[in-house]
Amino acid sequence: MLGEQIMRGMAVTAKNFFGSYVSKNRLTTVQYPEERLSQKANTRQFPMLVFDGDPDKGLRCVACTICEKECPPQCIYIVKSKDKKPDYKGQPQLYPAVFDIDVSVCMSCSICVEVCPFESIKMNTEFELSTDDRFEGLLFHKDKLSKSNEYYHQLHPADARDSDAFLAAENAKAEAKAKAAAEARAKAAATAATAATAVLPTTAPATATPPPPAPTPAAAAPPPPTPATPPPPAAK
Amino acid sequence: MFEQLNRFFAPVDQIFVTTLHWLVGFLPAAWRPVASSMLCIAFILMVFPALFSIVTIFERKGIGRIQNRYGPNRVGIPGTKIRLAGFGQFLPDGLKMLTKEDIVPRAADKLVHFLAPVVLLIPVLLTYAVLPFGRNMALADYDAGLLFFFAVGGAVEVSVFMAGWSSRNKYSLLGAMRAIAQMLSYEIPLILSSVTVVMIVGSLNLTRIVEAQAGHTFGLANWFVFTPWGLLGYLIFFIASLAESNRSPFDLPEAESEIIAGYFTEYSGFKFALFFLGEYLGMFAIIGLGITLFLGGWTAPFACLDFIPSYLWFLTKMLGIVFIFIWIRATLPRLRMDQLMNFAWKFMLPLALLNVLVAGLWHYLAIGPLRWIACATIIIVAYVALGRGLMRHQKLGQRTYRYAD
Repeated sequence: MLGEQIMRGMAVTAKNFFGSYVSKNRLTTVQYPEERLSQKANTRQFPMLVFDGDPDKGLRCVACTICEKECPPQCIYIVKSKDKKPDYKGQPQLYPAVFDIDVSVCMSCSICVEVCPFESIKMNTEFELSTDDRFEGLLFHKDKLSKSNEYYHQLHPADARDSDAFLAAENAKAEAKAKAAAEARAKAAATAATAATAVLPTTAPATATPPPPAPTPAAAAPPPPTPATPPPPAAK
Repeated sequence: MFEQLNRFFAPVDQIFVTTLHWLVGFLPAAWRPVASSMLCIAFILMVFPALFSIVTIFERKGIGRIQNRYGPNRVGIPGTKIRLAGFGQFLPDGLKMLTKEDIVPRAADKLVHFLAPVVLLIPVLLTYAVLPFGRNMALADYDAGLLFFFAVGGAVEVSVFMAGWSSRNKYSLLGAMRAIAQMLSYEIPLILSSVTVVMIVGSLNLTRIVEAQAGHTFGLANWFVFTPWGLLGYLIFFIASLAESNRSPFDLPEAESEIIAGYFTEYSGFKFALFFLGEYLGMFAIIGLGITLFLGGWTAPFACLDFIPSYLWFLTKMLGIVFIFIWIRATLPRLRMDQLMNFAWKFMLPLALLNVLVAGLWHYLAIGPLRWIACATIIIVAYVALGRGLMRHQKLGQRTYRYAD
């Protein structure tokens, strides 16, 4: 009969109406500032810079500017430092004198995270960034972007463990190479100067003072620092 | 005991009337009629927009609950932690409407665009003049009250078309055309269903119509909705009033998903608020008329509840029907234009015409179970037959599309 299905539909909505007063489980929404849903494992908002130990000395970023170049909306602005400081391997590296991210421009694509060879730039999960200052308030400087590795471990434990393992492996590889290079040098010193000249010429100025740096940085991770190193000597 | 209660509550029932007389009593006799009308108008202008603001919250909260959400529950008294369960929401909503920029399209007919919301509100407010809100509480006790209501209410269509035409916007015009088609189609069953009441009562005076429904048989009120023709009449009136007030499922004129906001696409700020207010006031007015005609106006449903003041009964009934409107809005999807027209002309109109005949039969048959059985049988048979006729072509299957070459 006409109207029968309408009545059935009305019964469904009436059940929802009264049910929402009876059982809390029916209510799907969360009263946000008071109640919060736990964040998803892979949640990401805006980038941050990870440091180990000291926020200034331990900053992993070496100002290679790969992220700056890759960033699709170009929201990253980096100014390289004039001097160098040792990185986690003890290798002297540049560091960012200025590292700004305009989060009003950032689209949270996390391409910067993917291209970073130093496990330095990672995605933060902080999302309550509203501000009444639309220019300065949304331009994050280095001090605001710097976050400790422990903080990163809290946000994404699995990813942080992976990145720690990667860095440790890199470190071990570099040490092994340094050891091999030292042995080779000892051997070379004993024999002739033929092996020493075969080493890349570009690294020569960098290798002058500290002995450990890898003479053959053709591995997966180390290449970026080497192309990045030539400009500073030129600037000097 | 009920007698005592009645006697106790009688002054409460007449409190507005006595207050009015007392206030007017301070004035010289020549000014009294005008002053009394002015006070009544001020009362109506105060109460119903206030009711509108409360109902918008009820609507949002009700629909929220039906969709298993909380709905608005934040805004309370500013500066405190008191939240009033979100019932303070209408104040910021209204302030937002007032402070928004008033945008008039460059190509619009500016005068007509400006006048349309005003022209909507005036007839809607005029209809309140004849509604009896309580015992002795009709502003204008017209003998042709029902006629006045429909005559003035018909002017709403003018404003809708003014808004649609002057905006110079295809969505506005489409919405206005839909609104005109829909309102004209549904006005016929609306008026025909009211005609049955006029036939039985023999008067167009709304107060007289309410008084004809006073009294109780076996404890139940003599409302017209408790008769076969009255039930069908109220059903038709209810559906037609849904369509007249452009409420879902008949909200084609302002179908958001199809034509943005219909005839008020190009309205913003206070003009939009006026349209919104006019629409809700129109809904209250037509609900009030339905209550007056079929649901006994301000009379109580049971004899034992007579002591509750009459205006409270009117308000309760109105809020109850408003709740059903909201409930329907949260349940039913929007009709298609052809379905709307089919329903009006092939189902509502024949039933309304038949109902006029049934009301005549009811009037001439002797009081007793026979006329109940006869009238109910005619109505049920007609309802089932027409319903089958309406659903006959609804064979769902593979849909074929034809494209223009």
